[in-house]
Amino acid sequence: MPNDGHLQRGNALIALALPAETENGGFHAPGLEDLHLPEILPWGAEYGTGFGKQMLLVLLSIALISWFLVAASRRGAMVPGKFQFLGEYSYSFVRNSVGKDVIGERDFRPFIPLLVSLFFFILVNNLFGSIPLLQLPTTSHVGTAYALAGIVYVFWIGLGIKKHGLRYFKVATVPSGVPKAILPLIVVIEIISTFFVRPITHSLRLFATMLSGHLIIALSAAGSSFLLLEADGLLKPLGLLTLAGGVGMYLFEILIQVLQAYVFVLLTAIYIQGSLAEDH
Amino acid sequence: MEVHGSLNLIGYGLSAIGGGIGVGLVFAAYINGVARQPEAQRVLQPIAFLGLALTEALAILGLVFSFVIGA
Repeated sequence: MPNDGHLQRGNALIALALPAETENGGFHAPGLEDLHLPEILPWGAEYGTGFGKQMLLVLLSIALISWFLVAASRRGAMVPGKFQFLGEYSYSFVRNSVGKDVIGERDFRPFIPLLVSLFFFILVNNLFGSIPLLQLPTTSHVGTAYALAGIVYVFWIGLGIKKHGLRYFKVATVPSGVPKAILPLIVVIEIISTFFVRPITHSLRLFATMLSGHLIIALSAAGSSFLLLEADGLLKPLGLLTLAGGVGMYLFEILIQVLQAYVFVLLTAIYIQGSLAEDH
Repeated sequence: MEVHGSLNLIGYGLSAIGGGIGVGLVFAAYINGVARQPEAQRVLQPIAFLGLALTEALAILGLVFSFVIGA
């Protein structure tokens, strides 16, 4: 088999060539492994339960949010200052344009605490990706996103069962006004899309946008530093272009971070509204 | 010239075309609606972002699968 021998030799050549390339200070594109920083307190690190940077950031975010909300609402002045205005504006944004508009005027009140705390938690944890020195969105770790979407998943299914009893599963999966002939097909699609795909996309949307945004910024930073410092003379000016592009992506990323917090809370409100609705 | 890397990323790039067109259509309709009737903006905004989220989910599933399936 001459072909096999050729292939193997080729693979061996690639394997030999790769380490040599990185030793020469070649360009190393940032990948997923760069997001897994070494753990600070590696208890049970072999089970993946060590205390890493993301967990520290979660604790920091809880302290920040509590301080912000308490400080913004301490002096309930009639004419709010800038600080109080910021707190009240963001609270009433979630309350009115997410809660009231989506769930409906009649029964949105019990869900305001859930929506507001989810919004602030996700917003601050996303914005950690754009704060210098911290520079890591907590939600770019898939565990954070799974936990948040899991809470919401259990919440809206529980809410539907509380409201309708076991009839909820019929309400959620059998749409009215569909011809009998295609009903079985529709019901199967509804079951898959409601109970399986919904929590997956709900969590992965947050996780994947944060991860990819973080990777893009890391890539443009690594690319600019390589081009400016190590590339050959003619390629150096290209470093300025990638640097400008990186700054642009950094600003765009702040927009995405706020938008994803809004989208997550909006979808939560839509799911809650769906479990409260009388028919499909 | 030798090229290294995973073909998955090319596949992801192709699949992102669909998501890109979809998001474009959603926002085109939203901008049209608001331009015709500015006072409908509050009603249209959650619908537009829901459409964005649902369309974007396809591109995101593509991104995740390009990492997960094979190397």
